Amino acid sequence: MKRHLISAADLSRDDALLVLDTAEELAQIAGRSIKKLPTLRGRTVVNLFFEDSTRTRISFEAAAKRLSADVINFSAKGSSVSKGESLKDTALTLEAMGADGVVIRHGASGAPYRLANWVRGSVVNAGDGTHEHPTQALLDAFTMRRRLGDLEGRKITIVGDVLHSRVARSNVLLLDTLGADVTLVAPPTLFPVAVDTWPCQVSYDLDAVLPKSDVVMMLRVQQERMNAAYFPTVREYSRRYGLDAARMAALPEHAIVMHPGPMNRGVEIAAEVADSARSTIVEQVANGVSARMAVLYLLLGGSEPAIGTEVSQ
Amino acid sequence: MVNAALRPEDPAGAGVADGDPRPKAVLEGPDIRRALTRIAHEILERTKGGRDVVLLGIQTRGVTLAERLAGALREVEGHPVPWGSLDVTMYRDDLRMKPARALGRTELPADGVDGRVVVLVDDVLFSGRTVRAALDALNDLGRPRAVQLAVLVDRGHRELPIRADYVGKNLPTSMRETVKVLLAENDGRDAVLLGPKGEK
Repeated sequence: MKRHLISAADLSRDDALLVLDTAEELAQIAGRSIKKLPTLRGRTVVNLFFEDSTRTRISFEAAAKRLSADVINFSAKGSSVSKGESLKDTALTLEAMGADGVVIRHGASGAPYRLANWVRGSVVNAGDGTHEHPTQALLDAFTMRRRLGDLEGRKITIVGDVLHSRVARSNVLLLDTLGADVTLVAPPTLFPVAVDTWPCQVSYDLDAVLPKSDVVMMLRVQQERMNAAYFPTVREYSRRYGLDAARMAALPEHAIVMHPGPMNRGVEIAAEVADSARSTIVEQVANGVSARMAVLYLLLGGSEPAIGTEVSQ
Repeated sequence: MVNAALRPEDPAGAGVADGDPRPKAVLEGPDIRRALTRIAHEILERTKGGRDVVLLGIQTRGVTLAERLAGALREVEGHPVPWGSLDVTMYRDDLRMKPARALGRTELPADGVDGRVVVLVDDVLFSGRTVRAALDALNDLGRPRAVQLAVLVDRGHRELPIRADYVGKNLPTSMRETVKVLLAENDGRDAVLLGPKGEK
């Protein structure tokens, strides 16, 4: 049986907890002098990146290497894609090289799903368009759990450009699976049309939501995807939806501040907030490697994947 | 030891229905306690007081046994002996024969294992493959001065050149039998059960 991780909704509650527990054990590896396990020796993981990325690509690469997998990095720039090769032909080339796992980042929503029909290995979605980014949601949930314990009943507020955010969608789905209460906060123009069908609350007023939040996750304003005027000026957005020191003071004592990166300091998050003790932004990067190791191990480590979902041909 | 599954005319597992299907207890609680006390004395004798000994239990019941052994060593010699746990899942050679499994905890004592005499502790020594995995795992965790092996039950049928330094009980078995160690902390009671294969 071939299984993939394309959406955060692919994970049942048991699957999600298994990934988080596994990540917790694998996180210890980072503290050792030999940061390597022999588990995926002889397996090949291809990082297929059609969109720019630093932390996600490096994180997947580090995760695969710590598990002793062979890693082939592919980025669209400087490849035959710039000569017009299609996704399918690229996939078949990789298939011929015998990839056991394919990690894909693509600008088009749904590209990983298509890819899953063409390759024999397990596909891991590393971000597709404005759709999903399930491993980001896993590392965020992992970070929350390490700081706050069980997520059941926790109040999590996700603020900003929900419309263009694959991080928000994956987080809403996964956190709902884990029993947390999610509230999305954004200006009305930055909500997707069908947001009322998502398993979460919606609000336009950040100041009303902050005092009862255990976690505030700030989203990046994705200027590269904004081809229309979603808000009057960056300053106005920042004043109404940015997290500054005054707003951070309204949070409960134990609350943490998260950001998936890369940050626009001074737009959605003030520098003093990003660098405060409540901020988990650097922790999230370290936890990303552990969470991705867990996903790769559970998908590729055994005779068949222990998590994820099948894709019908 | 009359066991239905051992009768030659029985195809494997078929004897369960007519013979005694229940596993038989070969060691009870007091036997296990005495065996661990003896192993503790042997460890102290072999390591001349056990000053630089670190006990590492292999998940899951080996960890319980390591904790108990550490208690026994402290009782006899009067100084605490560091102990920890080792999960060898990621080092197993049969990983690809089953779906990926959940991981147990690896926790080393604060001073680590460098330069120490590490005594690996497990419940049953069988093929020796778990111990091989543990030696590989240990290799990534530090460089012990020496590694020794303590097991509660040695049931034979080694597939690798590995032997135990301390054995609670040598238990000659057939490949058609299973040995199950129960410990109060994990299973609610202490016993070593010998039963026919093919039942849980």
